[in-house]
Amino acid sequence: MAALDQTQVKEGVDQETVDAVREVSTYKYGWDTDIEMEYAPKGVNPDIVRLISDKNEEPEWMTEWRLAAFERWTKMDEPNWAMVHYPKIDFQDQYYYARPKSMEEKPKSLDEVDPKLLATYEKLGIPLKEQMILAGVEGAEDMPAEGRKVAVDAVFDSVSVGTTFQDELAKHGVIFCSISEAIREHPELVKKYLGTVVPVSDNFYATLNSAVFSDGSFVYIPPGVRCPMELSTYFRINAENTGQFERTLIIADKGSYVSYLEGCTAPQRDTAQLHAAVVEIIIEEDAEVKYSTVQNWFPGDENGKGGIYNFVTKRADCRGDRSKVMWTQVETGSAVTWKYPSCILRGDESQGEFYSIAITNNMQQADTGTKMVHLGKNTKSRIVSKGISAGKAQNTYRGLVSMHPKAKDSRNYTQCDSLLIGDKCGAHTVPYIEVRNNSSRVEHEATTSKVDDDQLFYCRQRGMDEEEAVALVVNGFCKDVLQALPMEFAMEAQQLVAISLEGSVG
Amino acid sequence: MLEIKNLHVKLEEEEKQILKGVDLTVEAGKVHAIMGPNGSGKSTLSYVLSGRDGYEVTEGSATLEGADLLEMEPEERAAAGIFLAFQYPVEIPGVGNMTFLRTAVNAQRKARGEEELSAADFLKEVRAKAKSLKIDADMLKRPVNVGFSGGEKKRNEILQMAMLEPKMCILDETDSGLDVDAMKLVAEGVNALRDEGRGFLVITHYQRLLDHIKPDVVHIMADGRIVKTGGPELALEVENNGYADILAEVN
Repeated sequence: MAALDQTQVKEGVDQETVDAVREVSTYKYGWDTDIEMEYAPKGVNPDIVRLISDKNEEPEWMTEWRLAAFERWTKMDEPNWAMVHYPKIDFQDQYYYARPKSMEEKPKSLDEVDPKLLATYEKLGIPLKEQMILAGVEGAEDMPAEGRKVAVDAVFDSVSVGTTFQDELAKHGVIFCSISEAIREHPELVKKYLGTVVPVSDNFYATLNSAVFSDGSFVYIPPGVRCPMELSTYFRINAENTGQFERTLIIADKGSYVSYLEGCTAPQRDTAQLHAAVVEIIIEEDAEVKYSTVQNWFPGDENGKGGIYNFVTKRADCRGDRSKVMWTQVETGSAVTWKYPSCILRGDESQGEFYSIAITNNMQQADTGTKMVHLGKNTKSRIVSKGISAGKAQNTYRGLVSMHPKAKDSRNYTQCDSLLIGDKCGAHTVPYIEVRNNSSRVEHEATTSKVDDDQLFYCRQRGMDEEEAVALVVNGFCKDVLQALPMEFAMEAQQLVAISLEGSVG
Repeated sequence: MLEIKNLHVKLEEEEKQILKGVDLTVEAGKVHAIMGPNGSGKSTLSYVLSGRDGYEVTEGSATLEGADLLEMEPEERAAAGIFLAFQYPVEIPGVGNMTFLRTAVNAQRKARGEEELSAADFLKEVRAKAKSLKIDADMLKRPVNVGFSGGEKKRNEILQMAMLEPKMCILDETDSGLDVDAMKLVAEGVNALRDEGRGFLVITHYQRLLDHIKPDVVHIMADGRIVKTGGPELALEVENNGYADILAEVN
């Protein structure tokens, strides 16, 4: 409801009415921040790539790396195998770099950050203060303060605005900063790991990202360290006609542990916007990473106008023996989602888990799932996917489970459940299973169900309105996945499930 | 309290008329029983009063304390005080029994403009009420009705009734699928809720439930109408002679 925030309210209309109207809009993060921005010229070419590299004050090797990626990208074709349909994207008709003017001089601390930017995150419920608990989380005040800190890296369009708790994390040897800062300050780590999980040549969008990524988060957890707080990055797209290309690199050294959260929102706009991120995670021996996402990009309006096109490559490489990764994602936003957070189970006895809720309503399309590539012996993977479609939406689970010849005695369990609300939406399950040894076991279960009229009537007879009833039934359906989320996110996700499905019945 | 006048109902999808002019008044503080052979329209009456989809009222009215029930959504009827104990309680996987109850209680409070019950007060109340129905903590945590035995499901319905404190309780074949002990427990739960401000409509095929929940008035329903009304002795007559005699006498 950007319009309402900016328009002068007519005299005689009381605030209550304005608030009530605002509440009706189902997408709560659709407002925008009026802030002076500087843009790179529209389109992408080697000059733009150099400009981005220059803005980030990068060393030469990084610029070369980007240019090589760009060169490769010009020879690649957009993938078309996913079950998503959208108008052809004109890659020369967007901005690849947009940064608030106030960020030209890099703020030395959070105190120096433009108050308008701080207010934006405050309004999103992510105050950039070093406080003990996330504001607005029900029940949070009853929890012990210890261990409940969350460090935030806030990315606004193309730049990181600030990162909280850096000093405290540094005491433990943990590096948490924007990727641009890491390239400048920790080049040895970035050089060693960047592009080793998602190679520059990986796919069309990852290659584009390698050329033009502007910012993102960097995490390094040293050997044996259990990260003392949750780390999180909040991505906000604000500028119009601008793509966001972030790059996240997480390294969990031997025997370390970290839980990382990612959140994303964007204003409500008529034109679709591109988001093509790459996330790489490296997990060494005996280390464990939990990566949780609540993706709530603007989904477009009920007629499919606007929204974010989300083409994301996320991959974790369990390099060391007994390493573990767990992906949990709640995908409620975006007009188009193309996303397969994957696990390379290279180390012996390494484990990968993927828990996903994908909700599509109105005209949204999602083609999402995971790849579990078993390379090491005794590796284990588990996939729990819950797809919910309402309105005219299409929801596809696409997953690969691959057992290589050396992955002896490995196991996979896959459970894909689809829930349909109404009769104009679709759910599809596309599993690919390859087993190339004779001691591994792969189990796959899939169900499709409809929200049952009897269940809804039962809830309504007890006093819930129709939307509350649907939210309750759907939350029940998603429970296995919601349970895998950190507590703060689980609450948010539950509410998000309800909001995403508003207007889907009746 | 509940006033039904000349209620005619047909299935939405078909022409078949199921209720053909039901007249019934349940006063506050009274227990009315409706008995009748299968297919007489007993369950349809409970569904129409609670607002289930699929039925069309072609004639007549139904009001609760003067308010037109037929104009209301199911949840509005619930907030107004209608409670239906289902013959086949519905399973809701993944939703804890306690969460379900709390959501329902607070939804009704909100609809009536009352404050939501605090977590602590709710917990205290639900534990006390569950205890008297021999519902243990485990059953409160399990998903709604999933894997519950027949007896557990029906006790759970009564627990919901106790928590929601409706004005008008409709029990649809609550005795079906229950052994004697389970039935006694359910009946005790219902009797504990008997109150001068509350009306009951107990729909049952057999007389045995009425040994435990003593009705003030018994109606016999056949072919979409109430054909005979009497005291508790009418239920005994059915028990001894079946419906045939009564139906023959009416015809």
